[in-house]
Amino acid sequence: MSETSDSAILIAQIKDKLGIGDDKVYAVMGEFAEPEDLVEAGRRIRAMGYTKIDAMSPFPVHGIDEAIGVPYSKIGWIAVCGALAGITTAQVLIYYVGKIDYPLIIGGKPLFDFTYSIPPTFELAVLFTAITTFLCTWGLSGLPRLYHPSMNYRSAHRASDDRFLLIVEADDPKFDAQKTAQDMRSVGANDVEVVEG
Amino acid sequence: MSAVVQQDPQLMVVNPPLVQGSKDLHDLTEQISSVVEAKVYETPLKYWITLMCTGSVVLLLGAMLTYLVSTGIGVWGNNRPVGWAWDITNFVFWIGIGHAGTLISAILFLFRQKWRTSINRSAEAMTLFAVMCAGIFPLFHTGRPWRAFYWLFPIPNTDLNIWQNFRSPLIWDVFAVSTYFTVSLLFWFTGLVPDLATLRDRTTSKVRQVVFGILSLGWRGSARHWRHYEQAYLILAGISTPLVLSVHSVVSFDFATSVIPGWHTTIFPPYFVAGAIFSGFACVMTLLLIARWTLNLQNLITIKHLDNMNKIILVTGSVVGYAYCTEFFIAWYSGSIYERFTFLNRAFGPYWWAAWSMYTCNVFIPQLYWFRKMRTNLWVMFVISITTNIGMWFERFVIIATSLTRDFLPSSWGYFSPTWVDICTFIGTIGLFLTLFLLFARFLPMIAISEVKGVASQEKHVFAGQEEGSATLR
Repeated sequence: MSETSDSAILIAQIKDKLGIGDDKVYAVMGEFAEPEDLVEAGRRIRAMGYTKIDAMSPFPVHGIDEAIGVPYSKIGWIAVCGALAGITTAQVLIYYVGKIDYPLIIGGKPLFDFTYSIPPTFELAVLFTAITTFLCTWGLSGLPRLYHPSMNYRSAHRASDDRFLLIVEADDPKFDAQKTAQDMRSVGANDVEVVEG
Repeated sequence: MSAVVQQDPQLMVVNPPLVQGSKDLHDLTEQISSVVEAKVYETPLKYWITLMCTGSVVLLLGAMLTYLVSTGIGVWGNNRPVGWAWDITNFVFWIGIGHAGTLISAILFLFRQKWRTSINRSAEAMTLFAVMCAGIFPLFHTGRPWRAFYWLFPIPNTDLNIWQNFRSPLIWDVFAVSTYFTVSLLFWFTGLVPDLATLRDRTTSKVRQVVFGILSLGWRGSARHWRHYEQAYLILAGISTPLVLSVHSVVSFDFATSVIPGWHTTIFPPYFVAGAIFSGFACVMTLLLIARWTLNLQNLITIKHLDNMNKIILVTGSVVGYAYCTEFFIAWYSGSIYERFTFLNRAFGPYWWAAWSMYTCNVFIPQLYWFRKMRTNLWVMFVISITTNIGMWFERFVIIATSLTRDFLPSSWGYFSPTWVDICTFIGTIGLFLTLFLLFARFLPMIAISEVKGVASQEKHVFAGQEEGSATLR
């Protein structure tokens, strides 16, 4: 009995942390049929003073980042770190293998030399960059995840098909369910809805 | 939004839209997903029959490899002096095929060639499958593939107590090919995620919801997702570009760093890379023409796409032809009697038929593509795509076999003929390649839905109110 209640409390805590649950409001969402309308509406919503704005679209919409203020992605810098890690790994590996742990004289070539270590070093740099970039793409996006409150929106499934959604999240300081919904309608969003967490 | 510049209607004939039939976004989703979502009986019977045929060829491959491992690599025709024969020929052939996929997905992306969007997904898949086929040969030529991992990769081991020799280009090759496979896989999967999310959102089947739900990683197309995604895509394209050039360069080092006449040349890296792209584009062409016809993708894979690909085939084919001429010139100009003999022997020696098949298929036949009529004729391009791959297979065979059968001392001259195991193993890899491609075309979106939508939504403005004059191009 106590176990169930323990887990119930735990689940409640996790839900609270994630900001989900029937009693929570996630955001006000509305949809557009054209990407240009989404960008225009996003710009106007932002001009009204909202800061926690997001959009959902079936393909990257140009101009939306500037319109709703999405920060620039830092993946590039992380990828550079990946490349440096790859170069270091390769150089250390080749030096250790050739010079320290398994020194064999073959064809009179030196046990370690920068020149012949270039091809594997390049390949490992590329490999490490690719893996870092790949993991960061999802990690920085908060993925993978199995549930997201935006799924509760009526036409959320169309965001991967032919609809462009605009979202004002509930943790925005200016958020007020009624007022925000009205603002969303005023910028031309259809099917405006207060979505629960 | 910056103002979109409309295209002059008169340019319609030379620059028709990439997505034809004025489809809206939902129609595009519908068209591409319907292949994946079809019930078993809705997929044409000819598909399942073809799959069964290619699948049985995979069984042949399995049988050949089992026979090889249980008996020893003496079942192949490799001999002295031809220690490298069909196995490495096939390896280089398959690796080369893969290069077009990366070229289309990465290099054309960096050059902002929008026509790549309809073909990049299948070309990338082709890369993966071709590299898988390529990997079989070096792995199995070791005779004991389960131990080969210790020989090939720097894995600390206590029973063998060995490390790799990093001075050898063969180990560079291991690094290049395994990196190439991994990066191609990550690139391909990254591109797939938004489309898997589309499939997840569409399906009503519980199983598919779970499978696509996990594979799509919870992608919801948020502006933040897209921002990271586009940045990551750019980085992956940016590193794949030098990677793809390095892979075939490193493959060519296997030969170029030796002292065998006919191999020991500095022209090899660019020559191999051009040949790889040439054969790879031909292979993409073969597969796309079949897919376009069986899956009715004419509005997405248009004549303009095929025309552009044929232009690349013409360019790379001519580069390869130029490399052949350079080789002959340098053989003469070097003053080395061994070099001169090797190249005369290549054209007029015991393997003259292989050499002339290669010159014909790689240099002469693609010259037809100077004519627009030829570049836009489906039958012509289908035939040329096949002859190109035959020619490129022969190129590798000619380089490898003619150089090894006649080296410095006449006492060590020999001849190579393949055994039935050689032949069946190669056929088996073709079966594996086709089987994997067929499975991919049926069970995953063959065209990048999100990318095509991006192009279509832009073209809507560029071609606003214009009639489709592309009918003149069939």
